[in-house]
Amino acid sequence: MTDTEERQDRQPEQISHVVVRFAGDSGDGMQLTGDRFTSVSALFGNDLSTFPDYPAEIRAPAGTVNGVSSFQVHISDHDITTPGDAPNVLVVMNPAALKADLHRLEQGGLLIINTDAFEERDLHKAGYDHNPLHDDFLSQYRVVEIPMTTLTQRATEPLGVKPRDAERSKNLFALGLVSWLYSRPTEPTIAWIENKFKDLVKESNLAAFRAGFAFGETTELFDHPYEVKPAQLPAGEYTNITGNVALAWGLVAAGQLAKLPVFLGSYPITPASDILHELSKHKHFGVRTVQAEDEIAAAGMALGSAFAGHLGVTTTSGPGVALKSETMSLAVSLELPLILVDIQRGGPSTGLPTKTEAADLNIAMFGRHGEAPLPIVAAYSPANCFDAAIEAARIALKYRTPVILLSDGYLANGSEPWKLPVPEDLPDISVSFQTEMNHTDAEGNPEYWPYLRDPDTLARPWAIPGTPGLMHRVGGIEKQDGSGNIDYSPANHSKMVHLRADKIAGIAADIPPATITGDADADVVLLGWGSTWAAIDAAVQRTRRAGTKVAWIHLTHLNPWPPNLGDLLRPFKRILVPELNMGQLCRLVRAEYLVDATPITKVQGLPFTSAELEAAIQEALS
Amino acid sequence: MSDTIVPLTTKKDWMSDQEVRWCPGCGDYGIMQAVQQLMPDLGIAPENTVFISGIGCSSRFPYYMNTYGMHSIHGRAPAIATGVAVARPDLDVWVITGDGDSLSIGGNHLIHALRRNVNLTILLFNNRIYGLTKGQYSPTSETGKVTKSTPMGSIDHPFNPLSVALGAEASFVARTHDLDRKHMMEVFRQAHAHKGASFVEIFQNCNVFNDSAFDDITSRNAREEMMIDLKHGQPIRFGADGHKGVVMGSDGQLRIMEVADVGEDALLVHDAHREDPGLAFALARLSHDDHSATPFGVFRDVQRGDYGSMVGAQLAQASEKKGPGDLHALLRSNGTWSVD
Repeated sequence: MTDTEERQDRQPEQISHVVVRFAGDSGDGMQLTGDRFTSVSALFGNDLSTFPDYPAEIRAPAGTVNGVSSFQVHISDHDITTPGDAPNVLVVMNPAALKADLHRLEQGGLLIINTDAFEERDLHKAGYDHNPLHDDFLSQYRVVEIPMTTLTQRATEPLGVKPRDAERSKNLFALGLVSWLYSRPTEPTIAWIENKFKDLVKESNLAAFRAGFAFGETTELFDHPYEVKPAQLPAGEYTNITGNVALAWGLVAAGQLAKLPVFLGSYPITPASDILHELSKHKHFGVRTVQAEDEIAAAGMALGSAFAGHLGVTTTSGPGVALKSETMSLAVSLELPLILVDIQRGGPSTGLPTKTEAADLNIAMFGRHGEAPLPIVAAYSPANCFDAAIEAARIALKYRTPVILLSDGYLANGSEPWKLPVPEDLPDISVSFQTEMNHTDAEGNPEYWPYLRDPDTLARPWAIPGTPGLMHRVGGIEKQDGSGNIDYSPANHSKMVHLRADKIAGIAADIPPATITGDADADVVLLGWGSTWAAIDAAVQRTRRAGTKVAWIHLTHLNPWPPNLGDLLRPFKRILVPELNMGQLCRLVRAEYLVDATPITKVQGLPFTSAELEAAIQEALS
Repeated sequence: MSDTIVPLTTKKDWMSDQEVRWCPGCGDYGIMQAVQQLMPDLGIAPENTVFISGIGCSSRFPYYMNTYGMHSIHGRAPAIATGVAVARPDLDVWVITGDGDSLSIGGNHLIHALRRNVNLTILLFNNRIYGLTKGQYSPTSETGKVTKSTPMGSIDHPFNPLSVALGAEASFVARTHDLDRKHMMEVFRQAHAHKGASFVEIFQNCNVFNDSAFDDITSRNAREEMMIDLKHGQPIRFGADGHKGVVMGSDGQLRIMEVADVGEDALLVHDAHREDPGLAFALARLSHDDHSATPFGVFRDVQRGDYGSMVGAQLAQASEKKGPGDLHALLRSNGTWSVD
């Protein structure tokens, strides 16, 4: 505690960045609290990255460790990509949150505790046989104990709010307190509360938020507030965006850029459902969404819409990918555009529905019957999900092929500031429908051949119902190249299998070549894909700042690969492949290029920390 | 209705150039003939017509129609057709399916397409057997049926397709059979005219694996006494000179009685337009096997908004309210800030 003299000047101390983690029971509103802190920081102009971390149960037994819901946000005055390895500040609303998240807090970090929730019953539910506040258990942290529930009840009592109802506003008290601590402007949060809530709940939340802010200002628990100045981001207009919203907007944009209506067939599944929710809001863009009876129907409807001339999309997560497999194989055979979005989560089976993993690369590559190759695009950051969706649509439409777009739970729910693109600068991905006969029969009469290919792309024509004269039938049975008539002959099947494979392989010439970030003359290269981008970026920067050379290649296209990938990889002595799986890309790279790639794996339902990757780089060099 | 439409096409316009590959004598030929003969009467164009099928003998059907078509995945035709019909309400979309395709592997898709009332004309070829896989019992095979997969007789209780459809909130439910082209055409005509999902069960003979399954009802000799022709607004009677009729007992049970015994006034008058599906359901359950009198024709035909139109209406409503979609506005919809 400071003396009076020092306290008089409580000017904010400037810090470059801070990682705050809000942790509480699932019913404590931690996601909302974190989200608001993020929004106000985004509007303030910080760079940021978020990591919501919540249980699969909507309401696990209250007060238990299983029911802990957390939201970590990293705000910064400079360019950052990760939500931070270890929080500098941990706000815990109950003992279970302390138990679940204390190990994450940095040594000497600030621990803000709602002491009202540390009664014997609460401690018991969290599995504590002692009160950790009463001994030196927390001595290595800067602990600030605040009876948040009581203070919230007191602040809302004059409004006539019952104590039980007041308790629901205690997260806003915490938000107010942390908002003061990091000098966040209050107006956006107040406006948001006024807009979001009504009547007594609104008044109660406002009172709690203001009480929390005032508590920081007037008490002596903190020396002074801190301030994280706005980041010097490139000039432009920004919004804070999560991966799922960016992906949904990317699909809306893809429809506009392709001049096609978007059709989404989807079945609710965590963590993909938000894309269904988001797209359902944009009917004025001509976006049709159908919540199908199951994952299979969702894919089938999307494929039906593609046959009818729409941009067909189906969204899901791991188990749903398995169910859509037969439809994807049909789409490969029909050679129709279709986008399957897989928001990967921990598996197998139900696995870890709300936790991240990137273990669906194998099923994306190989999870179909027969020889059924298809292109795979992987998003690498929340905002990049927008571009990845457009790229998936571009490839699907141009090559008349199903495409799998991989994202994951970490990207889906995490957010970052996004410099808005100029819609006019986005690529034109429109394609033409076939409207004329394209062949002549033996008697010299014009006819339509649905499998007569474009010699450059090997794509077949797309003639949609309603087009006079081009009536034709497609199906899952092997068809003759050109005419599309049923043909089981050995030579034709071989030809078609090869044509379908060549078509996909040929896309390699139509994607950006792989590039090396960092030191091209380093001994070690990291080969990454998907959401590991953020942790790799931070690890590579730190390693290089420490004077060690390291190179990095990040893949956005996983099938086919950029054609220069093998040549880029071979000169390096060590190839490290960090993946949130057991080494799926690593195995593919070894098989394809006969290089001695080493996997760095993590399967804890959590993203890599940059420190973990930094250590792996150092180990490879030693 | 057909009198007012000047056919723009002939039957030939609806026939594709593909060689038909069903077994000689298959009931599918008769059904195809009926559909192809009917199409010119409907006043629609082949290019605006789509046939979607699943897998099975009947599902080869789209290959033989000179329309847009897709031979898709076992059981999935109603889902794929839903995508077509919702994307393009301007199209005439038909689903061709069999008893295994739609009631076993694709049961879920069938009931949900019916529940949603997607504008589809669904023709279910019911031959009570798996033909393409060479003779296993199907979900409509009678209990005790001996097949390759049930050497001691099937212990499965069969589905009644019409009961399933009615239970799934179908707005149009009918039955016909493959030996009466005129009857088929009339039922298909009404099914096509119905806006929303139309479900038609067709008794279809598989002369290879389940020959003569329906002979006791649909053969020329049996028809008069075994087929009950449902006509909306008319008393339900059948047999030579209409000597038999359907009567509802005081216990709510439908029974077949001699008209002479109960009097004409006691006969049930068929009402296909009743909102309540109870009577249609009772008629669907009147016969429990293939050896007793069985109703044919349109059981139920009620109006309910069709799914594709309603999806389109919501799109129009959203555009009306928000104006056409604007990417600039979308990107700014969650609040923005500027960095100079």
